[in-house]
Amino acid sequence: MVYEAGQGHPGGDFSATDILAALYFGVMHYNPKEPRDPGRDRFVMSKGHCTGAFYSVLAAAGYFPEADLATYMEPLSMLNGHPNRNYLPGVETNTGPLGHGLPVATGIAIAGQIDKADYRTFVLTGDGELQEGSNWEAALTAGHRKLENLTLIVDRNRLQQGARTEDTASLDPLDDKWRAFGWHVEVVDGHDHAQLLDVLSASPKGRGKPLCVIANTFKGKGVSFMHDNVSWHHGVPNKDQYEQAMRELV
Amino acid sequence: MSAAPSHKAGLFDCRDSFAATIEALAEADPRIVTVVSDSVGSSKLGGFRTKFPERMVNVGIAEQTLVAVGAGLANGGKVPFVSAASCFITGRALEQVKADIAYSNVNVKLIGQSSGVAYGELGPTHHSIEDLAWLRLFNNLKLIVPADPWQTAEAIKAAAAYDGPVFVRVSRMAVPALERPEGARFEIGKAETLVEGTDATIIANGTMVHRGVAAAKTLAAEGISARVVNMATVNPLDEDAITAAIATGAIVTVEEHSVRGGLGGAIAEVVATTEPVPMRILGFPGFVPTGSAEWLFDHFGLNETGIADAVRQTVARKK
Repeated sequence: MVYEAGQGHPGGDFSATDILAALYFGVMHYNPKEPRDPGRDRFVMSKGHCTGAFYSVLAAAGYFPEADLATYMEPLSMLNGHPNRNYLPGVETNTGPLGHGLPVATGIAIAGQIDKADYRTFVLTGDGELQEGSNWEAALTAGHRKLENLTLIVDRNRLQQGARTEDTASLDPLDDKWRAFGWHVEVVDGHDHAQLLDVLSASPKGRGKPLCVIANTFKGKGVSFMHDNVSWHHGVPNKDQYEQAMRELV
Repeated sequence: MSAAPSHKAGLFDCRDSFAATIEALAEADPRIVTVVSDSVGSSKLGGFRTKFPERMVNVGIAEQTLVAVGAGLANGGKVPFVSAASCFITGRALEQVKADIAYSNVNVKLIGQSSGVAYGELGPTHHSIEDLAWLRLFNNLKLIVPADPWQTAEAIKAAAAYDGPVFVRVSRMAVPALERPEGARFEIGKAETLVEGTDATIIANGTMVHRGVAAAKTLAAEGISARVVNMATVNPLDEDAITAAIATGAIVTVEEHSVRGGLGGAIAEVVATTEPVPMRILGFPGFVPTGSAEWLFDHFGLNETGIADAVRQTVARKK
């Protein structure tokens, strides 16, 4: 998609793909035929620039035909560079600017808490994104309200657009930060499906805290020349690189 | 801080009307929830909290999350009324209003409290005279600036009944109840004519409407027939009312807002691209000094005398 569109964010797409696959094909309850079913589990893609991964998973989950992926970022396509709920079924809220997903997901979880509903709300943020203060406003509220129906997954690939997170505005110890805000924390290998399914599938009932899953990942996972390489935050492969990447991924 | 008297000497604090209406609506509609940022008292929602404690979400002093939580609650099927000081719910959370509410096109009602220069003495950080300019840019966000307690109640009811994003600007300044014909109704996007006139049209909203009516009475005594239109909805504008105003040949707009990008600017966009007539835009020039709201109104000519003067001068410019 990124190769054909000539733009995108492949590095972050590949770090998030295993997490998205685990959620959509092993954890969440949803019906793509009724994308606004009130009882659905919600997923908020806070790292909205990683639509390459998000749209691929939504298509595979049945929200729209996989053939439509070819329209990615074309004029009038429903597959915008950042997700738009008004065009694309399965998108809960419009994202793109960072630090929006967790606060909105917190609101969804509060609605579920008020209604004593069974649905769960999941949100995926990047780790560099946690430098936005709005996340920590929401972290306070979610911890205070003991939103056990809320799960945050941090795609901890340790790279942001320009450099390593720890060389920019360091986040470590990230697990302790969430614990201090009243969250339950699990740290997993974000490319290990068994670990992801284990922590994400566990029933939240009775936990009494929102859950933060810190998923250690690699930007550009699966493609040797992109792996853990900051220059692939929004790089576009040339023809040779594309063909090599496809060989490595298959 | 300018403490506006409630129901004193025939004057009203429109926040009381907001609070009473939201409580009544919530009795009938369990989907209605309120969201506040430590702003229960300033939003006059203490009664709501007592009646519906589980339906009030207080996120603390955190405006970005305040607005975003509103979007999330709407996603969960609620009808959230998100209420905080207008200067902060707009400016401090502007990107959340843009991305989470307007661009996402969700069923959230934003209530900008204590708007304009109600916090006059607290200075420009707490003045909210840029809010309409910022919000006017979001084409699908309905913008309502009620002028008195009745219209505040009607605007809140209309916002609840409308399925989509709405901003209602609620003043804390003491205002009288406007006189209206029997059977008056409020509709989003429809202006109301309070005084008929043929020589000029005063278009006002919010706390300036009753001052416009007073100015029209002064002008009538000297033979100038000024119409007074209460343009409570800034988006969408009532273009028929503007066309009718153009037909009077002179327009003066009055608002408790900056002259940049508010009601006057919105009307000027229509007037300039249809059939231009002489216009004056009354409001604040930008950042204004610290002072009580009433002092600021007088200082910047946002009173009966200033409006009447502006009408005389604008009528004199008619071709």
